[in-house]
Amino acid sequence: MSTLEIRGLEVAVVTEKGPIEILRGVDLTVRSGETHAIMGPNGSGKSTLAYSIAGHPKYTITGGTVTLDGANVLDMKVDERAKAGLFLAMQYPVEVPGVSVSNFLRTAATALRGEAPKLRTWVGEVKAAMNALNMDPAFSERNVNEGFSGGEKKRHEIMQLELLKPKIAILDETDSGLDVDALRIVSEGVNRAKEVNNLGIVLITHYTRILRYIRPDFVHVFANGRVVEEGGPELADKLEEHGYAEYVGS
Amino acid sequence: MASTLMTNYLVPSGREEAWRFTPLARLAGLHDGSSQRGTRKSLFLKSAQQAGVTATRVDRALVPSAAPSEDVVVQRVHAEAEDVFSVSISANVSLSEPVYLARLQEKSQGSELSSVRIELGTNAHAVIIMENVGKSILGEDVEITLGAGSTLKFITLQEWDEGSVHAARHHAILNRDSTFQSITVSVGGSLVRLLPTVEFAGPGTSAELLGVYFATAGQHLEHRIHVEHGVPNAKSRVNYKGALAGNEAHTVWIGDVHIRAAAEGTDTYELNRNLLLSDGARADSVPNLEIETGEIIGAGHASTTGRFDDEQLFYLMSRGIPMDGARRLVVRGFFAEIITQIGDEQIEDRLMARIDGELAKAGH
Repeated sequence: MSTLEIRGLEVAVVTEKGPIEILRGVDLTVRSGETHAIMGPNGSGKSTLAYSIAGHPKYTITGGTVTLDGANVLDMKVDERAKAGLFLAMQYPVEVPGVSVSNFLRTAATALRGEAPKLRTWVGEVKAAMNALNMDPAFSERNVNEGFSGGEKKRHEIMQLELLKPKIAILDETDSGLDVDALRIVSEGVNRAKEVNNLGIVLITHYTRILRYIRPDFVHVFANGRVVEEGGPELADKLEEHGYAEYVGS
Repeated sequence: MASTLMTNYLVPSGREEAWRFTPLARLAGLHDGSSQRGTRKSLFLKSAQQAGVTATRVDRALVPSAAPSEDVVVQRVHAEAEDVFSVSISANVSLSEPVYLARLQEKSQGSELSSVRIELGTNAHAVIIMENVGKSILGEDVEITLGAGSTLKFITLQEWDEGSVHAARHHAILNRDSTFQSITVSVGGSLVRLLPTVEFAGPGTSAELLGVYFATAGQHLEHRIHVEHGVPNAKSRVNYKGALAGNEAHTVWIGDVHIRAAAEGTDTYELNRNLLLSDGARADSVPNLEIETGEIIGAGHASTTGRFDDEQLFYLMSRGIPMDGARRLVVRGFFAEIITQIGDEQIEDRLMARIDGELAKAGH
């Protein structure tokens, strides 16, 4: 049982013209097995929340706390956050030329598990994860995210989610750029990870479409760098009908 | 040795275009003849004898160079090397194993001037590897002639110990329909200055010059490529990748491509990419295209110098890989495009391990 606790989180990006405040006091608690949808318009700070928790150097924490089972996440280096059990499925996964998917996955698994996984069981593990996401076995010999289609990138992210077994995962617009079939396959992967590992999920999205496949327990509406409304799944239906208009500019 | 006395060398001052990047004081006298000459001949055939291959030392009077050079070190090699190490592959022979040549100097016992001649007969196919390890002060000329329709993959490994000095030309002459690929790896030595040069002597020829280099603190690694397109319908590709880390690490890459008026139908592209891994290092990169005819398929070049991509490192670290491991993956990946072309797993692994070592030395 794990708990990610975000309290009063304030985040800025430093620009040439000085710091720009993006998050203005975010409170959020995510426990194992819970799915939290974070919904909001473009520019409301959803992705900033995701990247700040993962430790992207572009963002400066100006206030508040983030803890995972009591440990101060903000003091951890990026890799230490992953080792503590956090995972970020990125909206735009980065190309790493010359590094094969299989080499990358094994290096990550070795780092997270503290020892290299036994080759025979590992090959089976990877094969099963790829199979489950309808991925061609030849995929593992390609370079990380290089020349991947939008759908392949997202499958690759969710394959890592299943293989690396984090405690809490933040999915940053995993639904963007997916057709209906890919959305279903990717969603099934997320649901498996939740079922098998009792994963806690923060699902960031603009659209309610993905919520038909991944049922949220809680919905948080994000606007102007903070949570402005919270509720159960029924809140998503309201957003579907009325949009974000009433929250913007508030 | 009257001819030696007759030779009037033009000793470079450092102001010449060809020498302006080279710290002459660190050439150990290879350029001005002041180096103390040793007696040892370091090159030997490491691989087993194969049918269709001869590797012997012959009197230099019997095998005069077909390619004079303006480079003073090459001139000295031609005039003063006692003999020529000659490798020839008979016509119509396809070798199943590489010809492995190696140099090993335990410690520098004076300088060495070494002349090497490689000849492929008509329709011969071969892979030749030249490995350079140990400590040496070496002036070298490798002259390669590809017979019509032949193919050669020529791999040179500069894995010198610290303090070595190596100035050399690797010159390939391509006859009709021959195909040449070179892979040049320079990771060791105090000063390495190589002139990979190509001369197209017949149409239908194709040359691919690949290279990687990694300079750490105090190392000077210089590669001056020259591709001479003097005949129609020849193709050339150049792709060199380098990394630098540490104070006074210096690399020089010059890519001269000359398309003469007669060279219609030429297709050429050259690329140099450098990864600067620390402050205090310097990468000079000068692509240079000279075109005397418009009747060509294509001619282009690109040169980039960059640092670690923070987004790549963040992505890898967000999966639990520590900073040093992430950097290692990125650098290995950067070089993999060329190292994997070598086609010998043992050598590839050894080079990747060496690259890891260079990175570690630089504190990454």
